[in-house]
Amino acid sequence: MTCVAIAGADYCVIAADTRLSVGYIIYTRDYSKICKLADKCVMASSGFQGDLKALQKNLAAKHLIYQHQHNKQMSCPAMAQLLSNTLYYKRFFPYFTFNILGGLDSDGKGCVFTYDAVGSYERVGYSAHGTGAGLIIPVLDNQLKSPSPLLLPAKDAVTPLLEMEAVDLVKDVFASATERDIYTGDKVEILVINASGIRHELMELRKD
Amino acid sequence: MEMVAVKDSAISENGTERTLYPYVTGTSVIGMKYKDGVILAADMGGSYGSTLRYKSVERIKHIGKHSLLGASGEISDFQEILRYLDELILYDNMWDDGNSLGPKEIHNYLTRVMYNRRNKFNPLWNSLVLGGVKNGQKYLGMVGMIGTHFEDNHVATGFGNHLARPILRAEWREDLSFEEAVKLLEKCLLIAKITEEGVTISQPYALKTYWGFSAFQNPSKGAEGSW
Repeated sequence: MTCVAIAGADYCVIAADTRLSVGYIIYTRDYSKICKLADKCVMASSGFQGDLKALQKNLAAKHLIYQHQHNKQMSCPAMAQLLSNTLYYKRFFPYFTFNILGGLDSDGKGCVFTYDAVGSYERVGYSAHGTGAGLIIPVLDNQLKSPSPLLLPAKDAVTPLLEMEAVDLVKDVFASATERDIYTGDKVEILVINASGIRHELMELRKD
Repeated sequence: MEMVAVKDSAISENGTERTLYPYVTGTSVIGMKYKDGVILAADMGGSYGSTLRYKSVERIKHIGKHSLLGASGEISDFQEILRYLDELILYDNMWDDGNSLGPKEIHNYLTRVMYNRRNKFNPLWNSLVLGGVKNGQKYLGMVGMIGTHFEDNHVATGFGNHLARPILRAEWREDLSFEEAVKLLEKCLLIAKITEEGVTISQPYALKTYWGFSAFQNPSKGAEGSW
């Protein structure tokens, strides 16, 4: 149960594996952990599946109300704040989910927001959560080292990599995580958000 | 015997109770899609611990016009779920609008019910298999007692996951005929019989199947009880 996101200059890549397991049993090899919340905003989560589904439904419902009231889609940074508030609302009986929000901000630049279970969040250049995160983040650090957002003058956190290269990197890290993490595998679902919309790719992984 | 002061119900200050452990339980349910629809199988035993106390418990029931629900776990909780679903289907019928709840809708409803009960720390101690056909679309899903849910081409609850799923993964195909599907299921159930103590799972008795969305077929393969 792993999810990853990488932000680029004009695109965003989000990926999650599709294995659903409990202990040593695999329930299904085909469970999607990615939820499209708005046109340019996608959420991937890992953690307890019951809470995951409840959270996704909650956010989708809030987004629908927003659309009715404002006659437009929510922007990615707005959705990021909404997700944080929704998570903190249940601070004393939390949603056991570790989320990554990815999309394009209002300037068309890629953005990735990473969360903990109770809503603390930060905009970053890339992120990973879940059982395979410990195997993936060091590799992303090595390949994508983002400058700190605290530096002055402010340096861009998004990676200068091309879209193709970022997608290849994501495929590679998932293949590697699958080798050693028993909870990651089967397939990886990769979504690429750019100016022309959302592209969807499915890659096979080891099934053991 | 009853002198032991074991607290098996959690009665707190405000006088509520919740399920702590299951008492009368059913064992695995196995389901899979085949060419014309969906097929579910379960034995008819209700165990009280390690004793096979009730020998003719029907653990698969049909829901509305389109679905079958099989349950493992606490039988009394299963009966309560059936009461909830009765009410749901009743209200659905009362609308009298030509629409009827299909398996996908019922699966969603059950997921919400199980999840909300879990949130109140008062779970329904069941693993449910929901299968059905509506408008030619086959659907097969599972809901666990904490609200974990998914849909797939073949599902099993409890021990069935360990014993039956590997067989199904190796041998399941999209276009199984009814007879082939039955044989595959029997293979799963038989393996379970051989590897478990034989207390809870025995020969397949009544295999309820779902045939399209117009006719029900209910081949009751009554096993002459040998015990």
